[in-house]
Amino acid sequence: MAVSVPQMGYPRWLGQLGQALSSLFFSSRSSRRMLALGLFFGIWQLLCAVNFDVFINFQFVPSPVEVFKATLTFFTENPWVHFRSSIGRVFWGYVVASGLGVLLGIMIGWFAVVEDLLLPPLELLRPIPAVAWIPLAILMFPNAESGMIFITFVGAFFPVLISTINGVESTLSDTVLIRVGQCLGAKPWHIFKDIVVPGSLPSIASGLVIGMGNAWFCLVTAEILAGRYGIGYITWESYVTSNYPPIVMGMLLIGLMGAASSWAVSRAMEALMPWRVIKKQGSV
Amino acid sequence: MTTQLEQRQTTKGAVQVEGLSVTFRNRGQETHVLNQIQLGIKPGEFVCLLGPSGCGKSTLLNVIAGFIKPTAGYVMVDQAPITRPGADRGFVFQQYSLLPWKTAFQNIELGLKIRGMAKGDRTELVHDYLNRVGLYKHRNSYPHQMSGGMQQRASIVRALVNSPSVLLMDEPFAALDAQTRHMMQELLLDIWEDLKTTVIFVTHDIEEAIFLGDRICIMGVQPGHIKAELPIGLRRPRHFDDTLSAEFVALHRQVFECIREETMKSMEGCL
Ligand SMILES: Nc1ncnc2c1ncn2[C@@H]1O[C@H](COP(=O)(O)OP(=O)(O)OP(=O)(O)O)[C@@H](O)[C@H]1O
Ligand SMILES: [Mg+2]
Repeated sequence: MAVSVPQMGYPRWLGQLGQALSSLFFSSRSSRRMLALGLFFGIWQLLCAVNFDVFINFQFVPSPVEVFKATLTFFTENPWVHFRSSIGRVFWGYVVASGLGVLLGIMIGWFAVVEDLLLPPLELLRPIPAVAWIPLAILMFPNAESGMIFITFVGAFFPVLISTINGVESTLSDTVLIRVGQCLGAKPWHIFKDIVVPGSLPSIASGLVIGMGNAWFCLVTAEILAGRYGIGYITWESYVTSNYPPIVMGMLLIGLMGAASSWAVSRAMEALMPWRVIKKQGSV
Repeated sequence: MTTQLEQRQTTKGAVQVEGLSVTFRNRGQETHVLNQIQLGIKPGEFVCLLGPSGCGKSTLLNVIAGFIKPTAGYVMVDQAPITRPGADRGFVFQQYSLLPWKTAFQNIELGLKIRGMAKGDRTELVHDYLNRVGLYKHRNSYPHQMSGGMQQRASIVRALVNSPSVLLMDEPFAALDAQTRHMMQELLLDIWEDLKTTVIFVTHDIEEAIFLGDRICIMGVQPGHIKAELPIGLRRPRHFDDTLSAEFVALHRQVFECIREETMKSMEGCL
Protein backbone atom coordinates (compact mmCIF):
# COMPACT_ATOMS: atom_id res chain seq x y z
CA MET A 1 0.00 0.00 0.00
CA ALA A 2 2.44 2.58 1.24
CA VAL A 3 4.80 1.69 -1.56
CA SER A 4 2.38 2.73 -4.30
CA VAL A 5 1.52 6.10 -2.76
CA PRO A 6 4.29 8.20 -4.40
CA GLN A 7 3.15 7.06 -7.85
CA MET A 8 -0.39 8.29 -7.41
CA GLY A 9 -1.22 11.45 -9.32
CA TYR A 10 1.28 10.74 -12.14
CA PRO A 11 0.18 9.23 -15.43
CA ARG A 12 1.71 5.79 -15.90
CA TRP A 13 3.64 6.74 -19.04
CA LEU A 14 5.47 9.50 -17.20
CA GLY A 15 6.85 7.03 -14.70
CA GLN A 16 7.89 4.72 -17.50
CA LEU A 17 9.57 7.55 -19.38
CA GLY A 18 11.45 8.54 -16.24
CA GLN A 19 12.58 4.96 -15.75
CA ALA A 20 13.74 4.69 -19.35
CA LEU A 21 15.65 7.96 -19.12
CA SER A 22 17.26 7.10 -15.83
CA SER A 23 18.28 3.66 -17.04
CA LEU A 24 19.73 5.30 -20.13
CA PHE A 25 21.70 7.96 -18.31
CA PHE A 26 22.40 6.63 -14.86
CA SER A 27 23.16 3.01 -15.60
CA SER A 28 26.76 3.63 -16.62
CA ARG A 29 29.19 6.27 -15.47
CA SER A 30 30.20 7.34 -18.98
CA SER A 31 26.63 8.12 -20.01
CA ARG A 32 26.28 10.11 -16.80
CA ARG A 33 29.30 12.14 -17.82
CA MET A 34 27.86 12.78 -21.29
CA LEU A 35 24.69 13.97 -19.62
CA ALA A 36 26.68 16.40 -17.46
CA LEU A 37 28.30 17.97 -20.54
CA GLY A 38 24.97 18.10 -22.39
CA LEU A 39 23.38 19.90 -19.45
CA PHE A 40 26.29 22.34 -19.22
CA PHE A 41 26.00 23.45 -22.86
CA GLY A 42 22.19 23.29 -22.82
CA ILE A 43 21.87 25.55 -19.80
CA TRP A 44 24.43 27.94 -21.26
CA GLN A 45 22.52 28.15 -24.57
CA LEU A 46 19.28 28.67 -22.68
CA LEU A 47 20.72 31.50 -20.57
CA CYS A 48 21.95 33.25 -23.73
CA ALA A 49 18.64 32.66 -25.55
CA VAL A 50 16.59 34.31 -22.78
CA ASN A 51 19.15 37.11 -22.32
CA PHE A 52 19.51 36.23 -18.69
CA ASP A 53 20.47 39.25 -16.60
CA VAL A 54 20.18 38.77 -12.86
CA PHE A 55 23.43 40.06 -11.31
CA ILE A 56 25.34 38.00 -13.92
CA ASN A 57 24.68 39.29 -17.41
CA PHE A 58 24.52 36.82 -20.32
CA GLN A 59 23.45 39.37 -22.98
CA PHE A 60 26.97 39.79 -24.35
CA VAL A 61 28.11 36.25 -23.73
CA PRO A 62 28.47 34.34 -27.01
CA SER A 63 26.13 31.35 -27.08
CA PRO A 64 27.41 27.82 -27.72
CA VAL A 65 26.03 28.01 -31.27
CA GLU A 66 27.99 31.21 -32.01
CA VAL A 67 31.10 29.70 -30.48
CA PHE A 68 30.60 26.62 -32.60
CA LYS A 69 30.40 28.77 -35.73
CA ALA A 70 33.59 30.63 -34.75
CA THR A 71 35.26 27.27 -34.21
CA LEU A 72 34.24 26.09 -37.69
CA THR A 73 35.72 29.25 -39.22
CA PHE A 74 38.89 28.81 -37.18
CA PHE A 75 39.33 25.22 -38.32
CA THR A 76 38.92 26.13 -41.99
CA GLU A 77 41.88 28.55 -41.95
CA ASN A 78 44.98 26.59 -40.94
CA PRO A 79 44.50 26.08 -37.17
CA TRP A 80 47.40 23.66 -36.75
CA VAL A 81 50.11 26.26 -36.55
CA HIS A 82 48.30 27.68 -33.51
CA PHE A 83 47.92 24.27 -31.91
CA ARG A 84 51.52 23.36 -32.63
CA SER A 85 52.87 26.55 -31.09
CA SER A 86 50.76 26.31 -27.94
CA ILE A 87 51.28 22.61 -27.38
CA GLY A 88 55.04 23.08 -27.78
CA ARG A 89 55.17 25.87 -25.21
CA VAL A 90 53.09 23.95 -22.69
CA PHE A 91 54.98 20.73 -23.33
CA TRP A 92 58.49 22.11 -22.81
CA GLY A 93 57.50 24.21 -19.82
CA TYR A 94 55.85 21.17 -18.29
CA VAL A 95 58.71 18.79 -19.01
CA VAL A 96 61.26 21.06 -17.37
CA ALA A 97 58.90 21.86 -14.48
CA SER A 98 58.07 18.24 -13.70
CA GLY A 99 61.67 17.09 -14.00
CA LEU A 100 63.01 19.85 -11.80
CA GLY A 101 60.01 19.81 -9.44
CA VAL A 102 60.26 16.08 -8.72
CA LEU A 103 64.05 16.16 -8.41
CA LEU A 104 64.19 19.18 -6.09
CA GLY A 105 61.11 18.00 -4.17
CA ILE A 106 62.72 14.65 -3.41
CA MET A 107 66.00 16.28 -2.41
CA ILE A 108 64.25 18.84 -0.18
CA GLY A 109 62.11 16.13 1.41
CA TRP A 110 65.05 13.79 1.99
CA PHE A 111 67.98 16.07 2.98
CA ALA A 112 67.60 18.66 5.74
CA VAL A 113 70.50 20.69 4.28
CA VAL A 114 68.89 20.97 0.87
CA GLU A 115 65.64 22.00 2.53
CA ASP A 116 67.38 24.76 4.47
CA LEU A 117 69.23 26.02 1.41
CA LEU A 118 66.50 25.87 -1.21
CA LEU A 119 63.10 26.07 0.39
CA PRO A 120 63.15 29.67 1.72
CA PRO A 121 63.79 31.33 -1.68
CA LEU A 122 61.37 28.95 -3.40
CA GLU A 123 58.66 29.72 -0.86
CA LEU A 124 59.26 33.40 -1.54
CA LEU A 125 58.80 32.95 -5.29
CA ARG A 126 55.85 30.57 -5.05
CA PRO A 127 53.01 33.08 -4.45
CA ILE A 128 54.04 35.25 -7.42
CA PRO A 129 51.44 34.82 -10.18
CA ALA A 130 52.62 33.95 -13.69
CA VAL A 131 51.39 37.27 -15.10
CA ALA A 132 53.73 39.18 -12.80
CA TRP A 133 56.66 37.35 -14.39
CA ILE A 134 55.98 38.77 -17.87
CA PRO A 135 58.25 41.84 -17.63
CA LEU A 136 61.12 39.80 -16.23
CA ALA A 137 60.53 37.06 -18.78
CA ILE A 138 60.98 39.66 -21.51
CA LEU A 139 64.14 41.02 -19.88
CA MET A 140 65.73 37.70 -18.97
CA PHE A 141 65.19 35.51 -22.01
CA PRO A 142 66.81 35.88 -25.40
CA ASN A 143 63.58 35.46 -27.35
CA ALA A 144 59.83 35.42 -26.85
CA GLU A 145 59.63 31.67 -27.31
CA SER A 146 61.83 30.84 -24.33
CA GLY A 147 60.09 33.53 -22.27
CA MET A 148 56.74 31.86 -22.95
CA ILE A 149 58.11 28.45 -22.03
CA PHE A 150 59.34 30.00 -18.80
CA ILE A 151 55.82 31.27 -17.98
CA THR A 152 54.22 27.83 -18.45
CA PHE A 153 57.12 26.41 -16.43
CA VAL A 154 56.34 28.75 -13.55
CA GLY A 155 52.73 27.55 -13.58
CA ALA A 156 53.58 23.85 -13.51
CA PHE A 157 56.65 23.87 -11.26
CA PHE A 158 55.29 24.75 -7.83
CA PRO A 159 52.45 22.24 -7.57
CA VAL A 160 54.87 19.48 -8.60
CA LEU A 161 57.48 20.66 -6.10
CA ILE A 162 55.15 21.04 -3.14
CA SER A 163 53.33 17.74 -3.72
CA THR A 164 56.63 15.90 -4.05
CA ILE A 165 57.97 17.37 -0.80
CA ASN A 166 54.74 16.44 0.97
CA GLY A 167 54.85 12.92 -0.42
CA VAL A 168 58.41 12.31 0.74
CA GLU A 169 57.79 13.81 4.17
CA SER A 170 54.61 11.85 4.79
CA THR A 171 56.32 8.60 3.80
CA LEU A 172 59.22 9.39 6.13
CA SER A 173 56.73 10.03 8.94
CA ASP A 174 55.30 6.52 8.55
CA THR A 175 57.33 4.86 11.31
CA VAL A 176 56.23 1.33 10.51
CA LEU A 177 57.29 1.49 6.86
CA ILE A 178 60.69 2.91 7.76
CA ARG A 179 61.18 0.33 10.50
CA VAL A 180 60.25 -2.46 8.10
CA GLY A 181 63.16 -1.37 5.94
CA GLN A 182 65.55 -0.96 8.86
CA CYS A 183 65.06 -4.46 10.22
CA LEU A 184 65.59 -5.93 6.76
CA GLY A 185 69.05 -4.38 6.92
CA ALA A 186 68.26 -1.51 4.56
CA LYS A 187 70.82 1.25 4.18
CA PRO A 188 69.53 4.81 3.59
CA TRP A 189 69.83 4.25 -0.16
CA HIS A 190 67.50 1.19 -0.02
CA ILE A 191 65.04 3.01 2.19
CA PHE A 192 65.05 5.83 -0.32
CA LYS A 193 64.66 3.63 -3.39
CA ASP A 194 62.34 0.89 -2.12
CA ILE A 195 60.23 2.79 0.40
CA VAL A 196 60.38 6.58 0.12
CA VAL A 197 60.13 6.95 -3.66
CA PRO A 198 57.27 4.48 -4.22
CA GLY A 199 55.58 5.73 -1.04
CA SER A 200 55.54 9.30 -2.30
CA LEU A 201 54.45 8.36 -5.81
CA PRO A 202 50.70 8.95 -5.27
CA SER A 203 51.47 12.44 -4.02
CA ILE A 204 53.94 13.12 -6.85
CA ALA A 205 51.30 11.93 -9.31
CA SER A 206 48.75 14.41 -8.03
CA GLY A 207 51.34 17.17 -8.27
CA LEU A 208 52.05 16.20 -11.87
CA VAL A 209 48.34 16.23 -12.76
CA ILE A 210 47.76 19.62 -11.13
CA GLY A 211 50.96 20.94 -12.73
CA MET A 212 49.75 19.83 -16.17
CA GLY A 213 46.53 21.79 -15.72
CA ASN A 214 48.42 24.81 -14.41
CA ALA A 215 50.73 24.89 -17.42
CA TRP A 216 47.66 25.31 -19.66
CA PHE A 217 46.22 27.71 -17.15
CA CYS A 218 49.21 29.99 -17.77
CA LEU A 219 49.08 29.68 -21.56
CA VAL A 220 47.11 32.87 -22.20
CA THR A 221 49.48 34.74 -19.91
CA ALA A 222 52.48 33.29 -21.72
CA GLU A 223 51.15 34.07 -25.19
CA ILE A 224 50.63 37.73 -24.37
CA LEU A 225 54.30 37.67 -25.38
CA ALA A 226 53.57 35.90 -28.66
CA GLY A 227 53.84 37.64 -32.02
CA ARG A 228 51.39 35.73 -34.19
CA TYR A 229 50.52 32.18 -33.25
CA GLY A 230 48.98 30.23 -30.40
CA ILE A 231 45.55 29.44 -28.96
CA GLY A 232 46.21 31.76 -26.04
CA TYR A 233 47.37 34.45 -28.45
CA ILE A 234 44.11 34.20 -30.44
CA THR A 235 42.11 34.47 -27.25
CA TRP A 236 44.01 37.54 -26.12
CA GLU A 237 43.97 39.16 -29.57
CA SER A 238 40.21 38.59 -29.97
CA TYR A 239 39.69 40.40 -26.70
CA VAL A 240 41.80 43.33 -27.85
CA THR A 241 39.77 43.49 -31.08
CA SER A 242 36.42 42.94 -29.27
CA ASN A 243 35.59 39.82 -31.27
CA TYR A 244 33.89 37.77 -28.60
CA PRO A 245 33.03 34.28 -29.93
CA PRO A 246 36.72 33.37 -30.60
CA ILE A 247 37.55 34.31 -26.99
CA VAL A 248 35.18 31.69 -25.69
CA MET A 249 36.41 29.27 -28.34
CA GLY A 250 39.99 29.81 -27.20
CA MET A 251 38.96 29.32 -23.59
CA LEU A 252 37.19 26.08 -24.40
CA LEU A 253 40.06 24.78 -26.54
CA ILE A 254 42.50 25.45 -23.71
CA GLY A 255 40.12 23.78 -21.30
CA LEU A 256 39.79 20.81 -23.60
CA MET A 257 43.50 20.34 -24.15
CA GLY A 258 44.23 20.92 -20.48
CA ALA A 259 41.69 18.31 -19.46
CA ALA A 260 42.92 15.83 -22.08
CA SER A 261 46.57 16.18 -21.13
CA SER A 262 45.83 16.01 -17.39
CA TRP A 263 43.86 12.86 -18.07
CA ALA A 264 46.77 11.40 -20.03
CA VAL A 265 49.19 12.21 -17.19
CA SER A 266 46.94 10.69 -14.56
CA ARG A 267 46.50 7.54 -16.68
CA ALA A 268 50.25 7.25 -17.11
CA MET A 269 50.77 7.63 -13.37
CA GLU A 270 48.12 5.02 -12.61
CA ALA A 271 49.99 2.64 -14.87
CA LEU A 272 53.08 3.26 -12.71
CA MET A 273 51.15 2.33 -9.58
CA PRO A 274 49.44 -1.00 -10.26
CA TRP A 275 49.11 -1.58 -6.51
CA ARG A 276 46.59 1.20 -6.08
CA VAL A 277 42.86 0.50 -6.06
CA ILE A 278 40.39 3.31 -5.72
CA LYS A 279 36.88 2.32 -4.86
CA LYS A 280 34.42 5.19 -4.72
CA GLN A 281 30.96 5.31 -3.26
CA GLY A 282 28.56 4.23 -5.99
CA SER A 283 31.16 3.07 -8.52
CA VAL A 284 30.85 -0.39 -9.99
CA MET B 1 70.16 -31.08 -0.66
CA THR B 2 69.41 -29.22 2.52
CA THR B 3 67.46 -26.04 2.13
CA GLN B 4 67.60 -23.35 4.72
CA LEU B 5 64.20 -24.50 5.91
CA GLU B 6 65.65 -27.78 7.16
CA GLN B 7 68.64 -26.37 8.98
CA ARG B 8 68.56 -25.98 12.70
CA GLN B 9 70.15 -22.95 14.21
CA THR B 10 70.19 -23.67 17.88
CA THR B 11 73.59 -22.12 18.45
CA LYS B 12 72.78 -18.51 17.70
CA GLY B 13 70.13 -16.24 19.14
CA ALA B 14 71.13 -15.78 22.79
CA VAL B 15 69.54 -12.60 24.11
CA GLN B 16 70.73 -10.82 27.23
CA VAL B 17 68.80 -7.84 28.60
CA GLU B 18 70.69 -6.15 31.44
CA GLY B 19 69.33 -3.47 33.77
CA LEU B 20 67.28 -1.97 30.97
CA SER B 21 65.35 1.23 31.69
CA VAL B 22 63.48 3.47 29.28
CA THR B 23 62.21 6.95 30.02
CA PHE B 24 60.39 8.96 27.38
CA ARG B 25 60.72 12.72 27.46
CA ASN B 26 58.00 14.71 25.77
CA ARG B 27 57.89 18.49 26.20
CA GLY B 28 59.60 18.35 29.57
CA GLN B 29 57.30 15.58 30.78
CA GLU B 30 58.98 12.33 31.70
CA THR B 31 57.32 8.94 31.42
CA HIS B 32 59.18 6.13 33.10
CA VAL B 33 58.13 3.17 30.98
CA LEU B 34 60.58 0.36 31.72
CA ASN B 35 62.44 -0.14 34.98
CA GLN B 36 65.51 -2.35 35.39
CA ILE B 37 64.49 -5.15 33.06
CA GLN B 38 66.59 -8.26 33.47
CA LEU B 39 66.04 -11.06 31.00
CA GLY B 40 68.14 -13.89 29.60
CA ILE B 41 66.98 -15.96 26.66
CA LYS B 42 68.66 -19.14 25.44
CA PRO B 43 69.30 -19.78 21.76
CA GLY B 44 66.21 -21.29 20.15
CA GLU B 45 63.91 -20.48 23.05
CA PHE B 46 60.33 -19.31 22.46
CA VAL B 47 59.54 -16.63 25.04
CA CYS B 48 56.18 -14.92 25.37
CA LEU B 49 55.89 -11.47 26.92
CA LEU B 50 52.50 -11.08 28.52
CA GLY B 51 51.10 -8.07 30.32
CA PRO B 52 48.34 -5.51 30.53
CA SER B 53 48.05 -2.76 27.95
CA GLY B 54 50.56 0.03 28.39
CA CYS B 55 53.03 -1.97 30.51
CA GLY B 56 55.80 -1.46 27.97
CA LYS B 57 55.82 -4.73 26.00
CA SER B 58 56.19 -3.00 22.66
CA THR B 59 58.79 -0.66 24.09
CA LEU B 60 60.91 -3.57 25.30
CA LEU B 61 60.63 -5.27 21.90
CA ASN B 62 61.51 -2.01 20.13
CA VAL B 63 64.65 -1.64 22.24
CA ILE B 64 65.72 -5.19 21.38
CA ALA B 65 65.04 -4.42 17.70
CA GLY B 66 67.18 -1.29 18.00
CA PHE B 67 64.38 1.13 17.13
CA ILE B 68 64.57 2.85 20.54
CA LYS B 69 67.69 3.63 22.59
CA PRO B 70 67.46 2.68 26.26
CA THR B 71 67.96 5.30 28.96
CA ALA B 72 70.01 2.85 31.02
CA GLY B 73 71.21 -0.72 30.61
CA TYR B 74 71.78 -2.62 27.40
CA VAL B 75 70.71 -5.50 25.21
CA MET B 76 73.12 -8.04 23.75
CA VAL B 77 72.37 -10.58 21.06
CA ASP B 78 75.03 -13.28 20.84
CA GLN B 79 77.40 -11.18 22.97
CA ALA B 80 77.12 -8.17 20.63
CA PRO B 81 75.54 -5.01 22.05
CA ILE B 82 72.56 -3.67 20.11
CA THR B 83 72.93 -0.12 18.85
CA ARG B 84 70.72 -0.05 15.76
CA PRO B 85 68.18 -2.15 13.84
CA GLY B 86 69.59 -4.92 11.70
CA ALA B 87 68.67 -7.94 9.63
CA ASP B 88 69.80 -10.31 12.43
CA ARG B 89 66.63 -9.39 14.31
CA GLY B 90 63.52 -10.02 12.24
CA PHE B 91 60.40 -8.10 13.24
CA VAL B 92 56.74 -8.89 12.67
CA PHE B 93 54.50 -5.91 13.31
CA GLN B 94 50.97 -5.90 14.65
CA GLN B 95 49.79 -3.71 11.77
CA TYR B 96 49.78 -5.10 8.26
CA SER B 97 53.18 -3.91 7.21
CA LEU B 98 53.90 -5.36 3.78
CA LEU B 99 55.03 -2.65 1.40
CA PRO B 100 51.86 -1.92 -0.60
CA TRP B 101 53.81 -1.35 -3.83
CA LYS B 102 55.47 -4.75 -3.83
CA THR B 103 53.95 -8.15 -4.50
CA ALA B 104 54.16 -10.92 -1.90
CA PHE B 105 57.25 -12.26 -3.65
CA GLN B 106 58.96 -8.87 -3.89
CA ASN B 107 58.21 -8.09 -0.25
CA ILE B 108 59.76 -11.32 0.95
CA GLU B 109 62.68 -11.01 -1.43
CA LEU B 110 63.61 -7.49 -0.30
CA GLY B 111 65.91 -8.43 2.60
CA LEU B 112 67.84 -10.90 0.45
CA LYS B 113 68.14 -8.37 -2.34
CA ILE B 114 69.50 -5.78 0.09
CA ARG B 115 72.02 -8.33 1.32
CA GLY B 116 73.11 -8.86 -2.29
CA MET B 117 72.11 -12.52 -2.78
CA ALA B 118 72.12 -13.67 -6.42
CA LYS B 119 68.78 -13.58 -8.21
CA GLY B 120 68.55 -17.34 -8.77
CA ASP B 121 69.27 -18.26 -5.14
CA ARG B 122 66.88 -15.61 -3.98
CA THR B 123 64.01 -16.88 -6.09
CA GLU B 124 64.54 -20.47 -4.99
CA LEU B 125 64.66 -19.59 -1.31
CA VAL B 126 61.62 -17.31 -1.47
CA HIS B 127 59.64 -19.96 -3.37
CA ASP B 128 60.54 -22.54 -0.71
CA TYR B 129 59.16 -20.30 1.99
CA LEU B 130 56.09 -19.30 -0.02
CA ASN B 131 55.28 -22.98 -0.49
CA ARG B 132 55.82 -23.63 3.17
CA VAL B 133 53.18 -21.11 4.26
CA GLY B 134 50.80 -21.86 1.35
CA LEU B 135 51.28 -18.54 -0.42
CA TYR B 136 52.97 -19.76 -3.60
CA LYS B 137 49.78 -19.27 -5.59
CA HIS B 138 49.59 -15.69 -4.35
CA ARG B 139 53.23 -14.78 -4.93
CA ASN B 140 52.29 -12.14 -7.49
CA SER B 141 49.46 -10.60 -5.46
CA TYR B 142 49.74 -7.14 -3.99
CA PRO B 143 48.99 -6.80 -0.26
CA HIS B 144 45.58 -5.24 -0.92
CA GLN B 145 44.61 -8.41 -2.77
CA MET B 146 45.48 -10.62 0.22
CA SER B 147 43.52 -11.37 3.40
CA GLY B 148 44.86 -10.27 6.78
CA GLY B 149 46.03 -13.81 7.56
CA MET B 150 47.85 -14.08 4.25
CA GLN B 151 49.53 -10.74 4.82
CA GLN B 152 50.75 -11.78 8.26
CA ARG B 153 52.04 -15.09 6.89
CA ALA B 154 53.98 -13.15 4.29
CA SER B 155 55.31 -10.78 6.99
CA ILE B 156 56.55 -13.70 9.08
CA VAL B 157 58.24 -15.24 6.07
CA ARG B 158 59.71 -11.87 5.11
CA ALA B 159 61.47 -11.81 8.48
CA LEU B 160 62.46 -15.51 8.51
CA VAL B 161 63.91 -15.66 5.02
CA ASN B 162 66.86 -13.57 6.24
CA SER B 163 67.58 -16.33 8.81
CA PRO B 164 67.62 -13.90 11.76
CA SER B 165 69.08 -14.94 15.11
CA VAL B 166 66.00 -13.62 16.84
CA LEU B 167 62.44 -13.22 15.63
CA LEU B 168 60.60 -10.39 17.39
CA MET B 169 56.82 -10.48 17.12
CA ASP B 170 54.59 -7.70 18.47
CA GLU B 171 51.04 -9.03 18.77
CA PRO B 172 51.22 -10.30 15.19
CA PHE B 173 47.86 -12.08 15.30
CA ALA B 174 45.87 -9.56 17.32
CA ALA B 175 44.01 -8.21 14.28
CA LEU B 176 42.95 -11.65 13.01
CA ASP B 177 39.70 -13.49 13.71
CA ALA B 178 39.83 -16.39 16.18
CA GLN B 179 39.84 -19.15 13.55
CA THR B 180 42.65 -17.62 11.51
CA ARG B 181 44.57 -16.83 14.68
CA HIS B 182 44.56 -20.50 15.75
CA MET B 183 45.75 -21.60 12.34
CA MET B 184 48.50 -19.01 12.37
CA GLN B 185 49.66 -20.13 15.83
CA GLU B 186 49.95 -23.73 14.66
CA LEU B 187 51.71 -22.67 11.47
CA LEU B 188 54.18 -20.55 13.44
CA LEU B 189 55.00 -23.41 15.81
CA ASP B 190 55.37 -25.74 12.86
CA ILE B 191 57.98 -23.51 11.20
CA TRP B 192 59.68 -22.77 14.50
CA GLU B 193 60.09 -26.52 15.23
CA ASP B 194 62.14 -26.67 12.04
CA LEU B 195 64.13 -23.46 12.36
CA LYS B 196 64.52 -23.22 16.12
CA THR B 197 65.08 -19.49 15.85
CA THR B 198 64.83 -17.64 19.14
CA VAL B 199 61.37 -16.03 19.28
CA ILE B 200 60.22 -13.18 21.51
CA PHE B 201 56.48 -12.99 21.13
CA VAL B 202 54.42 -10.17 22.65
CA THR B 203 50.77 -10.84 23.34
CA HIS B 204 48.03 -10.01 25.79
CA ASP B 205 46.23 -13.27 25.09
CA ILE B 206 46.98 -15.73 27.91
CA GLU B 207 45.94 -18.77 25.92
CA GLU B 208 48.15 -17.76 23.01
CA ALA B 209 51.14 -17.27 25.34
CA ILE B 210 50.75 -20.69 26.97
CA PHE B 211 50.10 -22.46 23.67
CA LEU B 212 53.19 -21.03 21.99
CA GLY B 213 55.84 -20.42 24.61
CA ASP B 214 58.60 -22.36 26.33
CA ARG B 215 58.43 -19.65 28.94
CA ILE B 216 56.11 -16.78 29.77
CA CYS B 217 57.38 -13.51 31.21
CA ILE B 218 54.58 -11.63 32.89
CA MET B 219 55.12 -7.91 32.98
CA GLY B 220 53.85 -5.50 35.61
CA VAL B 221 52.97 -1.83 35.34
CA GLN B 222 54.06 1.53 36.72
CA PRO B 223 56.77 1.37 35.62
CA GLY B 224 57.05 -1.72 33.42
CA HIS B 225 59.01 -4.56 34.99
CA ILE B 226 59.13 -8.33 34.79
CA LYS B 227 56.91 -9.52 37.58
CA ALA B 228 57.04 -13.26 37.15
CA GLU B 229 58.44 -15.94 34.87
CA LEU B 230 56.74 -19.23 34.26
CA PRO B 231 58.19 -22.18 32.34
CA ILE B 232 55.65 -23.98 30.16
CA GLY B 233 56.42 -27.68 30.21
CA LEU B 234 53.70 -28.80 27.79
CA ARG B 235 54.95 -31.43 25.35
CA ARG B 236 55.89 -30.47 21.82
CA PRO B 237 54.84 -30.55 19.08
CA ARG B 238 51.69 -28.94 20.40
CA HIS B 239 48.24 -29.28 18.88
CA PHE B 240 45.19 -27.27 19.40
CA ASP B 241 43.55 -30.10 21.44
CA ASP B 242 46.19 -29.49 24.09
CA THR B 243 44.46 -26.27 25.06
CA LEU B 244 41.70 -28.41 26.57
CA SER B 245 44.01 -30.50 28.75
CA ALA B 246 43.91 -30.21 32.55
CA GLU B 247 47.52 -29.07 32.61
CA PHE B 248 46.77 -26.23 30.19
CA VAL B 249 43.73 -25.11 32.17
CA ALA B 250 45.73 -25.08 35.40
CA LEU B 251 48.45 -22.94 33.80
CA HIS B 252 45.81 -20.64 32.43
CA ARG B 253 44.38 -20.07 35.89
CA GLN B 254 47.79 -19.44 37.38
CA VAL B 255 48.72 -16.84 34.75
CA PHE B 256 45.29 -15.26 34.92
CA GLU B 257 45.57 -14.64 38.68
CA CYS B 258 48.99 -13.07 38.26
CA ILE B 259 47.89 -10.79 35.42
CA ARG B 260 44.67 -9.77 37.13
CA GLU B 261 46.53 -8.00 39.92
CA GLU B 262 48.52 -5.98 37.41
CA THR B 263 45.50 -5.13 35.31
CA MET B 264 43.73 -3.88 38.44
CA LYS B 265 46.77 -1.77 39.24
CA SER B 266 46.93 -0.29 35.75
CA MET B 267 43.23 0.54 35.86
CA GLU B 268 43.50 2.28 39.22
CA GLY B 269 41.88 5.66 39.15
CA CYS B 270 39.80 4.66 36.14
CA LEU B 271 37.31 2.62 38.12
N1 LIG C 1 57.19 7.79 22.17
C1 LIG C 1 56.60 7.78 23.38
N2 LIG C 1 56.60 8.89 24.13
C2 LIG C 1 56.03 8.90 25.35
N3 LIG C 1 55.44 7.84 25.90
C3 LIG C 1 55.39 6.69 25.21
C4 LIG C 1 55.98 6.60 23.91
N4 LIG C 1 55.79 5.34 23.45
C5 LIG C 1 55.14 4.68 24.44
N5 LIG C 1 54.88 5.48 25.50
C6 LIG C 1 54.22 5.10 26.73
O1 LIG C 1 54.87 3.95 27.21
C7 LIG C 1 53.96 3.06 27.81
C8 LIG C 1 54.19 1.68 27.25
O2 LIG C 1 53.87 1.67 25.87
P1 LIG C 1 53.93 0.33 25.04
O3 LIG C 1 53.46 0.65 23.67
O4 LIG C 1 55.27 -0.27 25.18
O5 LIG C 1 52.87 -0.57 25.79
P2 LIG C 1 52.36 -2.04 25.44
O6 LIG C 1 52.61 -2.88 26.62
O7 LIG C 1 52.90 -2.49 24.16
O8 LIG C 1 50.79 -1.81 25.33
P3 LIG C 1 49.75 -2.49 24.33
O9 LIG C 1 49.44 -3.84 24.85
O10 LIG C 1 48.56 -1.59 24.44
O11 LIG C 1 50.36 -2.51 22.97
C9 LIG C 1 52.58 3.62 27.55
O12 LIG C 1 52.10 4.17 28.76
C10 LIG C 1 52.79 4.69 26.53
O13 LIG C 1 51.92 5.76 26.78
MG1 LIG D 1 52.11 -2.80 22.14
